[in-house]
Amino acid sequence: MATDFMEFQPAKLPANIPGRRLRVDRVQWLQTAEALRESNVRFLTLWGADDRDHDGGFRIYAAYLLPDTVIVVEHFMQDFPAPSYPSIATLFPAALRMQHAIYDLLGISTDEADKRGWLRHSGWPETLFPLRRDVDGTQQYPVASAPYPFVEVEGDGVHEIAVGPVHAGTIEPGHFRFSVVGEKVLRLEERLGYTHKGVAKHFEGMSQKEGHRLAARVSGDSAVAFSWAYCAALESITETVCPARAIILRALALEHERLANHLGDLGALGNDAGFAFGLTQFSKLKEDLLRTNIVAFGARYLLDYVIPGGVAVDLTVDARRLLLDLYDALGPSVNQMRSIYDEHAGLQDRIREAGRLEQAAAEKLGATGLVARASGLPYDLRVDHPWTPYDSFVPKLIVQTGGDVAARVQTRFDEILESLRLCRALLSGPPKDAIHTSVPVATSDLLGIGLIEGWRGPVLIALETGPNGGIRRCHAHDPSWQNWPLLEYAILGNIVPDFPLINKSFNLSYSGQDG
Amino acid sequence: MWNTLSRMLHTGLLTEPLPAPGEAAPALETLQRELLGILGRALCIRHVDAGSCNGCELEIQALNNPYYNLEGAGIKFVASPRHADLLLVTGPVSVNMEEALKRTYDAVPDPKLVVAVGNCGACGGIFGTSYASCGGVVNIIPVNFTVTGCPPSPTAILCGILQAIRPASATTKAS
Repeated sequence: MATDFMEFQPAKLPANIPGRRLRVDRVQWLQTAEALRESNVRFLTLWGADDRDHDGGFRIYAAYLLPDTVIVVEHFMQDFPAPSYPSIATLFPAALRMQHAIYDLLGISTDEADKRGWLRHSGWPETLFPLRRDVDGTQQYPVASAPYPFVEVEGDGVHEIAVGPVHAGTIEPGHFRFSVVGEKVLRLEERLGYTHKGVAKHFEGMSQKEGHRLAARVSGDSAVAFSWAYCAALESITETVCPARAIILRALALEHERLANHLGDLGALGNDAGFAFGLTQFSKLKEDLLRTNIVAFGARYLLDYVIPGGVAVDLTVDARRLLLDLYDALGPSVNQMRSIYDEHAGLQDRIREAGRLEQAAAEKLGATGLVARASGLPYDLRVDHPWTPYDSFVPKLIVQTGGDVAARVQTRFDEILESLRLCRALLSGPPKDAIHTSVPVATSDLLGIGLIEGWRGPVLIALETGPNGGIRRCHAHDPSWQNWPLLEYAILGNIVPDFPLINKSFNLSYSGQDG
Repeated sequence: MWNTLSRMLHTGLLTEPLPAPGEAAPALETLQRELLGILGRALCIRHVDAGSCNGCELEIQALNNPYYNLEGAGIKFVASPRHADLLLVTGPVSVNMEEALKRTYDAVPDPKLVVAVGNCGACGGIFGTSYASCGGVVNIIPVNFTVTGCPPSPTAILCGILQAIRPASATTKAS
């Protein structure tokens, strides 16, 4: 495997972890994927670009995570007769929906038989590919509603339950089509893309120094992870070194984002199992954290905290003391809630064995982030591919082997306690330093990668600079892309009333996936 | 069980007084009486995410935490638009959600109120209007009140809901 890559001579790629870039032809595109699959390399993301204005064709990029490197494999294809590339979905199943999305936006296709639209529902013409450079992204088109052919399950007593896109709770929109017999789920098919807002096209009209604001809004619950990934890509391209204090504060903000989401999820999981007490308690703890965020970071949700070159708000001495008080209160509360959850027979009855994703399936299907760790896969970028400051503040790797809802609950408990430990360590001595530095304008046509372990899993930003401080192309990848198809798998054989619980235990992003 | 009870006792009552939306600051009792007078029951809200980034959803969810205790004020979230008096709509309306939003609006019985939440709900926010985004909620359905912010705080959202229902209560009283 290593020798193969020596032969290809990958070029250096700016990124916040060691990066390589490899240009391949059509045959090598598939060969590379095969070789990487055999070496159990993790597939990160896939994106395309319209480069007809530069060299008359399109490019497809795949990012993979090697044991010590992120590698971007790049394939150029001519515009005529029609741009296409070999599908890698049989090797990396998670690539399938990404390939659909790339077709919807750019019109570059694969040899896959399924041609249904993923991001394009019926809001723009089938022959229009909005991410092409000759398409005006601001134009709107009349919506012509068209049916979506779900895969049908046939047999005695089989019927369908259609859910969404508008859901019953205060959550994001998407459609779930269940094929059931009685209460038992035979098949679940997801249809997403409802919140597609044209993020990629919008990036292209922005300047390098304001792109982090849009990145933060790709998925609002992961704002720190996305804005940090964006800034990491830009800072890698421009070889900017952030002040040490800013780096520590970014990590503190990222851990707070993890804490807030995990606290919220643990409450919602209790509630979905009929244990409303859990929701009351955890939503109180989450609110305590968010209110402290206002004092420490200037906002409840940190959408504009991470900025190119550093962070927007400094941590005062008083805020530091307040944070330590918060951690002192949170730790024992979470531990007490954990023993209440563990000892509650009714709750355990609902969450154990529900929505099981076995380790072998998780690995084969490309599970990532928290979901992977709850199925026994030791994946955490902070541990296996640490970027500053996680190289000196090393988190304990959290792994649970159950793969069921209970394991995903335990993973969250473990990660909260570990994040609290990390936060204390980060606060122990953020050096007196500036909180941001200026970032020079990057010259055009440079590619950089930012890779951050958000609370759901690895968030990736691939940034290609344009002329005059602009952005030529920016791809934002949410780990939900990998884990959404696994939900379809984990629900098999479970009963319909357990779906909200199983779904919440994954808690995937719709907006992050839809873009 | 003992653990659970002891934690409940230890936590105590956390609910804070309702925020004051401008001059018309209703006391909790006044608000509950008004709602009861108009509706004879709680004010029922249906939330629709029409393309949001999920930031506003998190703050709307927070309204149900013990500090804001929305249900204690006689306002509750319901699972169907057919049970709702008020639609709380977030996000720039994505073109893929346009039809679903219209249908949800049509399913709410008259008289109905709509509150658009967040900068995106107000005007499309950072996403603006594009091939994929219809911009603000008002571009698709009538809006009675708008709450800006990215995301707006739970207090701001609560103020928006109170503002939206107060003119309605005045109208009802007049009629």
